[in-house]
Amino acid sequence: MAAALAVACGGSGGADAALIRIDGSSTVFPISEAVAEEFQRTNPNVRVTVSVSGTGGGFERFCRGETDVSDASRPIRPVEIEACRSEGIDFIELPVAYDGLAVVVHPDNTWSTSITVDELRTLWEPEAQGEITRWNQVRASWPDREIHLYGAGVDSGTYDYFTEAVTGEEGVSRGDYTSSEDDNVLVQGISSDELALGFMGLAYVTKNPGRMRLLGVDDGNPDNGNGPVAASVATVSDATYQPLSRPIFIYVSRTAAERPEVQAFVDFFLREGAALVDEVGYIPLAPELYVLAERWFAERLVGTIFGNGGSQVGVSLEALLTGGR
Amino acid sequence: MRRAEPVIEGTLFLCALLSVGTTVGIVVVLAAETVVFLQEVPLFEFLFGTEWTPLFATPRFGVLPLVAGTALVSGIAMLVALPMGLLSAIYLSEYSPDRVRRIVKPVLELLAGVPTVVYGYFALLFVTPLLQRVIPDLAGFNALGPGIVMGIMILPLVSSLSEDAMQGVPRGLREGSYALGATKMQTSLKVVLPAALSGITAAFILAISRAIGETMIVAIAAGQQPRLTANPLVPIETMTTYIVQVSLGDTPQGTLEYRTIFAVGMLLFLGTFSLNLVSTWLRERYREEYS
Repeated sequence: MAAALAVACGGSGGADAALIRIDGSSTVFPISEAVAEEFQRTNPNVRVTVSVSGTGGGFERFCRGETDVSDASRPIRPVEIEACRSEGIDFIELPVAYDGLAVVVHPDNTWSTSITVDELRTLWEPEAQGEITRWNQVRASWPDREIHLYGAGVDSGTYDYFTEAVTGEEGVSRGDYTSSEDDNVLVQGISSDELALGFMGLAYVTKNPGRMRLLGVDDGNPDNGNGPVAASVATVSDATYQPLSRPIFIYVSRTAAERPEVQAFVDFFLREGAALVDEVGYIPLAPELYVLAERWFAERLVGTIFGNGGSQVGVSLEALLTGGR
Repeated sequence: MRRAEPVIEGTLFLCALLSVGTTVGIVVVLAAETVVFLQEVPLFEFLFGTEWTPLFATPRFGVLPLVAGTALVSGIAMLVALPMGLLSAIYLSEYSPDRVRRIVKPVLELLAGVPTVVYGYFALLFVTPLLQRVIPDLAGFNALGPGIVMGIMILPLVSSLSEDAMQGVPRGLREGSYALGATKMQTSLKVVLPAALSGITAAFILAISRAIGETMIVAIAAGQQPRLTANPLVPIETMTTYIVQVSLGDTPQGTLEYRTIFAVGMLLFLGTFSLNLVSTWLRERYREEYS
């Protein structure tokens, strides 16, 4: 009750500050970090710690009851659900944003407008190292000129997801490309190199209009849009831009959710998060979805809407969320 | 006062010890980490492997692409700095009126005072786009632009040290040459230049060592793609850039990936250190001749 009052009043500095422990995906980290910072500004007597153990590592700790909230860049896996159940941890699954990866070329590139997922694999798989070095090796109709590759560095979540979606295994790709954790380096490189092809978070493409051109990506599956689909806020949110877009989540422990500070934090996250999501470079959900997520949280709906769990390609969050549960 | 003497002496000694100690510390740390690195990666593979992808799922530890990148950029820088530096040294030492020299020399040395980060962006955002008008295939990150800019940066070092060496040539040699009827050009090129050669060579070597160790310009403008190539038009990665790149990332300490930067640093250190030694040795020799 004292804690509740302290949170409600904005706090006058209680003796022992309430603590919210967050851990998990490095992809979600910037969002959680930004929300935590904002939240602590208005609630100075609540301390929020955000760590990065990766989605899997985060769930491990979450299911042992060591954290209150788990950041995840994919839905929880069945083994993790099992681990949580055996420890008696119920979780509330809340989507918080979309992550979209753009494939881009130089604006003066006259030959390519789209690329298939198979071609991306040919280009980026480890076997391509030192072998696939010219445009016409990827598609015969492309010119016989060198191809210069740019992409996120191996320490980034962007790299993890790109490799998972394109080569089929996280962290596996060729190594002979310009890799940087700093997306601005990639923007600079691609925008000044006519022979460039690269991938990066969609946010950086929209922030630098005219400097790069998006390639449509064709996953060969007509169910989520026929032919190549260009990345945009719309195609990422309705999941027609596949496989390079995905929803990202936070998982809240049911028990922790009863604590007033956790409750206040999650409400804050879903209410104020959208602006911060945009600011740190991700795509916010549609406003209705945040309202829906708020309702789920209020009703303490536990479990996952992803039947099989784990990374799923071609998931339309909108369809899943509004499709009833 | 007498009693203060040992205190002052001790303090001075400590100051000297500090810099020596720092150097020793750096060498020890580099060596220790390199030894651990070499226990996992054979020395032969490290020195002669042609692929450098230590951070990827299938790591390769061949440092040659980084060495090639460094050599390429330094080579271009030398092509700019050596002839231009030498010519300006000859002009300043032998031809320029005293008044001109008093203005030009400090202005030239001002180039050395420009922060390297400024040179880096100068290469990336000015020189490279300018070159792209002439060479359309030039990538945004390349060895050529930063190489030229690095040459401009090192130019004052070359010209200043070379000029000092030429100034050190005794007046008598010049006058003897004139007395034999030689022109100014003949005197400069055939008498002064050879006499100052060891000093000039020392300046050149110091410049090369400076180019190899230069970090900021190449980190900004040359790219981050280890590539074994002599083509100056494509993105490359130098040894220094690699160290910067890993230091900025989240590579966990104590891992093999992390130790690569010490191994590369050791190689870089050995390179510049031996060049500096050669340079010092040459200058010593030159001093003996004319003092």
